[in-house]
Amino acid sequence: MVDVPYDAIARVPPAEVGDVDLYHPRSWWTKYVFSQDAKVIAIQYSITATAIGLVALVLSWLMRLQLGFPGTFSFIDANQYLQFITMHGMIMVIYLLTALFLGGFGNYLIPLMVGARDMVFPYVNMLSYWVYLLAVVVLASTFFVPGGPTGAGWTLYPPQAILSGTPGQDWGIILMLVSLILFIIGFTMGGLNYVVTVLQARTRGMTLMRLPLTVWGIFTATIMALLAFPALFVAAVMMLFDRILGTSFFMPSLVEMGQLMKYGGGSPILFQHLFWFFGHPEVYIVALPAFGIVSDLISTHARKNIFGYRMMVWAIVAIGALSFVVWAHHMYVSGMHPQFGFFFATTTLIIAIPTAIKVYNWVLTLWRGDIHLTVPMLFALGFIITFVNGGLTGLFLGNVVVDVPLSDTMFVVAHFHMVMGVAPIMVVLGAIYHWYPKVTGRMLHDGLGKFHFWVTFLGAYLIFFPMHYLGLLGVPRRYHDIGEVAFIPPSAHTLNAFITVVALTVGFAQMVFLFNLVWSLFKGKLSGGNPWRATTLEWQTPHTPPEHGNWGKELPVVYRWAYDYSVPGAEQDFIPQNQPRATRAVQGAAQ
Amino acid sequence: MAVALILLLVAVGSVLFHLYSPWWWTPIATNWRYIDDTINITFWITGAVFFAVVAFMAYCVFRFHHKEGRQAAYEPENKKLEWWLTIGTAVGVGAMLAPGLVVWHQFVTVPASATAIEVMGQQWRWSFRLPGKDGRMGTSDVRYVSSDNPLGLNPDDPNGQDDVVIDGGDLHLPVGKPVKVLLRSVDVLHDFYVPEFRAKMDMVPGMVTYFWMTPIRTGTFDVLCAELCGAAHAQMRAKVIVEEESEYHAWLEKQQTFAELSGRGAVMRATYKSGGE
Repeated sequence: MVDVPYDAIARVPPAEVGDVDLYHPRSWWTKYVFSQDAKVIAIQYSITATAIGLVALVLSWLMRLQLGFPGTFSFIDANQYLQFITMHGMIMVIYLLTALFLGGFGNYLIPLMVGARDMVFPYVNMLSYWVYLLAVVVLASTFFVPGGPTGAGWTLYPPQAILSGTPGQDWGIILMLVSLILFIIGFTMGGLNYVVTVLQARTRGMTLMRLPLTVWGIFTATIMALLAFPALFVAAVMMLFDRILGTSFFMPSLVEMGQLMKYGGGSPILFQHLFWFFGHPEVYIVALPAFGIVSDLISTHARKNIFGYRMMVWAIVAIGALSFVVWAHHMYVSGMHPQFGFFFATTTLIIAIPTAIKVYNWVLTLWRGDIHLTVPMLFALGFIITFVNGGLTGLFLGNVVVDVPLSDTMFVVAHFHMVMGVAPIMVVLGAIYHWYPKVTGRMLHDGLGKFHFWVTFLGAYLIFFPMHYLGLLGVPRRYHDIGEVAFIPPSAHTLNAFITVVALTVGFAQMVFLFNLVWSLFKGKLSGGNPWRATTLEWQTPHTPPEHGNWGKELPVVYRWAYDYSVPGAEQDFIPQNQPRATRAVQGAAQ
Repeated sequence: MAVALILLLVAVGSVLFHLYSPWWWTPIATNWRYIDDTINITFWITGAVFFAVVAFMAYCVFRFHHKEGRQAAYEPENKKLEWWLTIGTAVGVGAMLAPGLVVWHQFVTVPASATAIEVMGQQWRWSFRLPGKDGRMGTSDVRYVSSDNPLGLNPDDPNGQDDVVIDGGDLHLPVGKPVKVLLRSVDVLHDFYVPEFRAKMDMVPGMVTYFWMTPIRTGTFDVLCAELCGAAHAQMRAKVIVEEESEYHAWLEKQQTFAELSGRGAVMRATYKSGGE
């Protein structure tokens, strides 16, 4: 399918590149530390994101200990609880998921999948990582400054974010804003690279409609991020001015602890619009790469072409575009003009349609497939369940009047953890099991992987599915201790304790995963170049792991789409993208 | 096939949990039954979709998992099927959105008969104000806030003199009368949240927000703050007591007006000034 006259491509002579043009690193430092190789930068991004993500994971354990057994742990007080939720949320959404999907998977996979030697601006790409690292260091430093990190909630709503009633008002909030500004600068450098590389550096024959969906997901998400992050940038700068210079962008006249402040004329709701103009696309910035990657995982491990490829591409693009006109569904009870509710509820529910198409096409890809229940496939199945679950509860919260009782309750917490926490993490983990052999040349241990999957998937589901019902009952979010409330029965506390125990168990399983990552690096089974017998270009490199420049002297030429699995009459159940249609022998590149 | 069975159990277990969960919404105390109805419609539609998708997946895993000699089908597209699924989804979405928007229209259309009352939040307590005998509330501004004028009422506004001010006490409301709840904050965002009322809205410094409702049953309800407002967010509590109109009036008689409160404040200041030797 997707017929492009391959004869025309086949006649173009292969592009040869002299070694001198590849800018090979000359020393250990430029090879492993200040590397301009997208693959090394990808690993640097991934390790940094994982490291700060582990901090956020530990914070979630502390939060769960407090919620499950309030009053038991004297080392957690109300202020610290707020600091934990704030740092946990910010780290997970931005410094882990965004950085890992775009900086990690984007850097590793884009050049390989489109058949390029590297990103088009390798030096800027390197800078992008170092600025990101600086942002992470600034963020982490807030744990050690006087007053500690900010406890304003990850949404950082003013006025409370910069007033003294909120922990971290001295340094925490300032450094948080500085860190966000740095992150956005770093991301912009990387993001421009990804977009230009996809548009300009595809190898011959790699038309846009032959790109693997992984690339489509990351590409669209990056364009969205380039458009959405500036809103957060502006909001962060303005809030920094309000905090340091005493300007009043977001600050109306107000009284703080009995004292009339000098602020006046600003609008707290303006901040919310800016924040969510970034914040809602951000959900899809995390989700679209996951959509793309999971499509490829399902297709490869079910040995079947992705169902409805063109529809999948257009669904990604449609979701990306629509996600810019739904932001105020986070603000139904913010006090904005009530008429907005009609518009934003309608746009929000319309997004459900392209999203549902994607889900149908994933499960229809399984239909009449040859499903290998490998660890990546298991994680893909886990993703579909948690994503469908979280997506459907989004229909509650997006439907303005239904959101009114549920907003600011644990229902919201359960919803967004399911849909943009657990579901994308399922994809991240599946993707790591899938591409680890390409990155290291070794397989991850299968038994540990299956243990990791079942504990993580079933555990996460047991954590977040019942949590919706606490929210339905009315338990508010961001409470370190619900205290005495007539409408909350004792059984709700039992459920909270249960969730905490499960959360700690799931946390333990992640340690097993980390062990697997390190152990397999040395002891894992050798994988060869294409252990999953996949079609896409990254599996057809002459070396595994791929060397700098990816392809040796000749760039691959692409003759077909990325999903030629189980083609009737073919010798094998997959045909690599760089295999010419008529000839059978030219598969040498794979070995 | 273990994997297929577990997937199916997840689907069945979720539905059973929903049906038998001891954790469900609180008995409603206002006219917003329609919101609960819309939630129920949404539960049925989304629940059916969830069960169908997961059960279908489980079946696929059961039926098409890898066996020696199995070959996957090659079917890149099926336009007809894709269009039918799209149309079906659109209909389902419409079935949830339409009642939602109708109820939202009711939610934002305040009946003319509603009595305005005011709730004010500040770190970290609630205050309330009810219109006095003239049925009108006086103006307010954050500049007037002081220890003896915690709500910042305009001392020169004649409409405000008979306003009933409840600072630190509980709010009483008559059952069966629509109220428009005006919401104000003098410092940070708060949110007047009574789960039994279903309705809630943020309170934003610098502006007045609102929602309306008609309490339909008597009782005492916990007021919580639903918008993060700083260190003691979780401790910001009060109670709303919905009672028969006669009891409400008996209670109202005992409350102090703004004039009384500020008058007493003036007397106290005078005492301090002339006090001492």
